[in-house]
Amino acid sequence: MTASPLQSLFPNIDDWGELGHACIDTLLMLGGSLALTVLIGLPLGVLLYLTGKGQLRAMPKFYGIVSLLVNVLRSVPFIILMIVLMPVTYALVGTKLGVRGAIPPLVIGAAPFFARLVETALREVQQGVIEAAQAMGASTWQVVRHVLLPEARGGLAAGITVTAIALVGYTAMGGAIGSGGLGDLAYRYGYLSYKSDYMLVTVVLLVVLVQLLQMMGDRIVARYKRH
Amino acid sequence: MIRFLDVHKSYRVDGREIPALQPFNLDIRDGEVFGIIGHSGAGKSTLIRLINLLERPSGGRILIGDTDMTALPEPALRAQRRRIGMIFQHFNLLSSQTVADNVAFPLRLAGERDAAKIRARVDELLARVGLTEHAGKYPSQLSGGQKQRVGIARALANRPEILLCDEATSALDPQTTASVLDLLAAINRELKLTIVLITHEMDVVRRICDRVAVLDAGRIVESGTVADVFLHPQHATTRRFVDEALPEEAATAQAPNMTGRVLRLTFRGAATLQPVLSRVMREHGVDFNLLAGRIDRIKELPYGQLTLALEGANTDAALAALRAAGIEIEEMGA
Repeated sequence: MTASPLQSLFPNIDDWGELGHACIDTLLMLGGSLALTVLIGLPLGVLLYLTGKGQLRAMPKFYGIVSLLVNVLRSVPFIILMIVLMPVTYALVGTKLGVRGAIPPLVIGAAPFFARLVETALREVQQGVIEAAQAMGASTWQVVRHVLLPEARGGLAAGITVTAIALVGYTAMGGAIGSGGLGDLAYRYGYLSYKSDYMLVTVVLLVVLVQLLQMMGDRIVARYKRH
Repeated sequence: MIRFLDVHKSYRVDGREIPALQPFNLDIRDGEVFGIIGHSGAGKSTLIRLINLLERPSGGRILIGDTDMTALPEPALRAQRRRIGMIFQHFNLLSSQTVADNVAFPLRLAGERDAAKIRARVDELLARVGLTEHAGKYPSQLSGGQKQRVGIARALANRPEILLCDEATSALDPQTTASVLDLLAAINRELKLTIVLITHEMDVVRRICDRVAVLDAGRIVESGTVADVFLHPQHATTRRFVDEALPEEAATAQAPNMTGRVLRLTFRGAATLQPVLSRVMREHGVDFNLLAGRIDRIKELPYGQLTLALEGANTDAALAALRAAGIEIEEMGA
């Protein structure tokens, strides 16, 4: 059997199928956790914004508590958060491993981060536009739905991009404790078995993934910012 | 009728009550253009926002027709707000929506779902403000005057009975200001809606208001018809506003090294257009020296105001004859 060019370049990688599988796992973890992060973080961010000082539904004490909770979750390093959350993860999805086991800690780690970005993006919306909607008889919900979210969509798209990229990093970390994906491959083969070509390939793939996400995000933000 | 009954407003800042508006009573009549003039910080933005309860009064009642706005629960208040249009100094349009969608916004908020009905109403409103060909543009592609016209179209969408104008022309150049004021005057005339506007420019009041209230440090110091307030200002703040509008006159009338009696004559309406002054002076053999003067209009009312120095034996008789002809005379002191 003659060696293919790929084999001579990456002598240690004997199973490209495994690499492909890891790619798909990473994408699944990213897609699943990003969707859930937005689903949870967006309302949380809106809540933070609305209950903040001087806002439509200002509730200083409630805001203080939610804000503290968000800060606590954000300040725990993700690798620690994953380990601490293991019992919760098991209770939620029935396993601590694989793509399924990775998603709960990813979401719990990223949702508070995204919520803060949402809060910041909403604060950029001009107070006058909100006042105009109120003068037209808009309810708080209508202000959120028809003014805040559409007016902040550029900032929100930027926030989703930043969060997605942070999640790529988190999924790679998850590899260290058995969540699979590219991080797992890099850790097991690249770090524990000194197969540096594995490390190189996974890093390149992750860089490409991050680049793609950033480009997509920038394009969407640019389209919204035009007006 | 918009009626303020013993209304006052104060803000709580760091545990201290800061008064913004002293207790006041004010009636604004149906169909009139009512101006509230004051320097920044006088409380005029607070006052106009009390009408649609964007600001809640600290005490007193605000009635629109028979409805006590201050007693309404949230949903009823929102329904009332739809009957009150509002335009703003900085327009406050949705930057993410086209002109047409901005105008359709209050219709959608009010629960209108029928796309054909919305389009028909939007077309009608854009035609009214002269922006038909800009329907598909975004606010950032429009000039300031055009943005304010979108604001006006939007404010009129739900056929309100009252239009509140919050410094609506303060961000516009003089020419655009004039055209926006003309549009507001036309709307007031044709739709018979009540307009309440706040401004710091006497010229805006003079051009389109019927009545005016002067606000100074949270207090209404003077109010009445624009002609009365503008031609015979009583309070120092009002005089300052009038002087700002007519700067040269203020300067000449204040420095006369003249002999004789210095008087200010005010002609209103028909009297402005007749040669009363020269006839009376000739008949009584009185000489006069013209120190300052102007002939202009307050809304549709022509008026003239002349500052004269009179010399002659018969000045009292001449003044009596002028008064009899309906001319208002104030002694300025030499």
